[in-house]
Amino acid sequence: MNASQKLVYVFGGIVALLTLASLIGWWLQQRKGDTEVVRNLNARVRAWWVMVAVLGVCFLLGPVANVLAFALISFFALREFITLTPTRPGDHLPLVVAFYVLIPVQYWLIYDQWYGLFAIFLPVYAFLALPALAVFGGDTENFLERTTKIQWGVMIAIYCISYAPALLMLDLQGYKDQGPLLLLYLMLVVQISDVMQYVFGKLFGKRKLAPTVSPSKTVEGLVGGGLTAVAIGTALWWITPFSPAQSALMSALIVAAGVFGGLALSAVKRSLGAKDWGHMIEGHGGMMDRMDSVSFAAPVFFHVTRYFFSS
Amino acid sequence: MIERYAAAMLVGITKLLVGARADWRVEPAGGQCLYFANHSSHLDTLAIWSALAPALRKQTRAVAARDYWDKPGLRGYIANKVLRAVLIERRREQRDGDPLEPVIEALRNGDSLVLFPEGTRTAERLPQRFRGGLFRLAESFPELNLVPVYLDTLHRSMPKGAPIPLPLYCNVRFGAPLARIDNEPREIFLDRARAAVVALA
Repeated sequence: MNASQKLVYVFGGIVALLTLASLIGWWLQQRKGDTEVVRNLNARVRAWWVMVAVLGVCFLLGPVANVLAFALISFFALREFITLTPTRPGDHLPLVVAFYVLIPVQYWLIYDQWYGLFAIFLPVYAFLALPALAVFGGDTENFLERTTKIQWGVMIAIYCISYAPALLMLDLQGYKDQGPLLLLYLMLVVQISDVMQYVFGKLFGKRKLAPTVSPSKTVEGLVGGGLTAVAIGTALWWITPFSPAQSALMSALIVAAGVFGGLALSAVKRSLGAKDWGHMIEGHGGMMDRMDSVSFAAPVFFHVTRYFFSS
Repeated sequence: MIERYAAAMLVGITKLLVGARADWRVEPAGGQCLYFANHSSHLDTLAIWSALAPALRKQTRAVAARDYWDKPGLRGYIANKVLRAVLIERRREQRDGDPLEPVIEALRNGDSLVLFPEGTRTAERLPQRFRGGLFRLAESFPELNLVPVYLDTLHRSMPKGAPIPLPLYCNVRFGAPLARIDNEPREIFLDRARAAVVALA
């Protein structure tokens, strides 16, 4: 089976799952009526159809479309992050650079497969350039706090998220030109973990996991969702360079990093005084609400894979 | 006809650039409305106009400065044909008669309006003192709904002197119409109107 056949099979599976989810949502609406939870569930399922359709078209169009799609995701994520961050007029120049220079350059480096610069461009050069540019604003009030917040937004929304399409440039043993499958694997495990945590939490959730940080997360949801995601990740070993056992470990790693990403970014969001990052995706909140787990899982998954499986 | 498409396109572009998501704190007031807002960027007019639901948008015109909007070319076309802006003269030397005359005319015709009572842009989070025009209009039109509006991020997207706007999301917050108090002195009314905008910040 070649890579594109595998892609078709996996997307077929996703469409089957979503159809099932839509049917369950419809059935719940018939049975329980138009309650808040049911309405939110159906909005989420509808949004998933849109997201899967967008992602599907990108995979169909090839790697360039994937890189562009993630560049846009970074753009929207940074937009939400900076919107919630109380910046001052003195931050204008570094912010203009972050939106209009750093995002295109970082994604161009992925397109160009220039790994050496991709890995250090933001954590070294942008890290130093952003405060240097902020100096031109001539505003010292809360300088450290303001600069830190911009750097944080850039690291999470651009750097960390860009690690997902960066999987396309990995050169792995016996796994030539199958980068898109690895990206799909990462996104699937992360998102299935998120979705199933929500489902298990709604069905069986009793004990709150972190009530002040993320009130909707429960221990039951975490266990059920995490185990389901690892099971599906293991079952998908045939689209990865991993053996089934390795795939189980990798899925567990992705799930763990994703959970911490969800929690840490939820804490960040709340410290900025918001409940949702934005309103872009109906039923889910903003782009960052959907990408918080990915932003932690992608870099870890990338580097562990690169360390153990590079050719 | 062309204007309708131009308007739809303008709303689309504005939403793409600055979000312009409407956040109604109360049910939208029916009837004729005067929306008054803090003024922090050239995008303010478009943001409020785009945030209104299509039915409200159709009956709403912006009050804008003639010296900025009445230029030949695209800007003038948008102001005159698409936004159907009520242009007022800010430059004293160009004025003959009451600068508010066209605004009063539009209100008599039953149009709803968007007005920036500060008269000029400010780069701050909160608006400056309001000028007296709002008071005169309120007095002359006792039935008019005076709706306070707050634009939350545009002062950061486009601070004065910055040529490149940041693509931040802007929420357009609409408050409850101001209560009408008989014989309220001018300064007290203006402070109360400003406080209603500040309360949405």
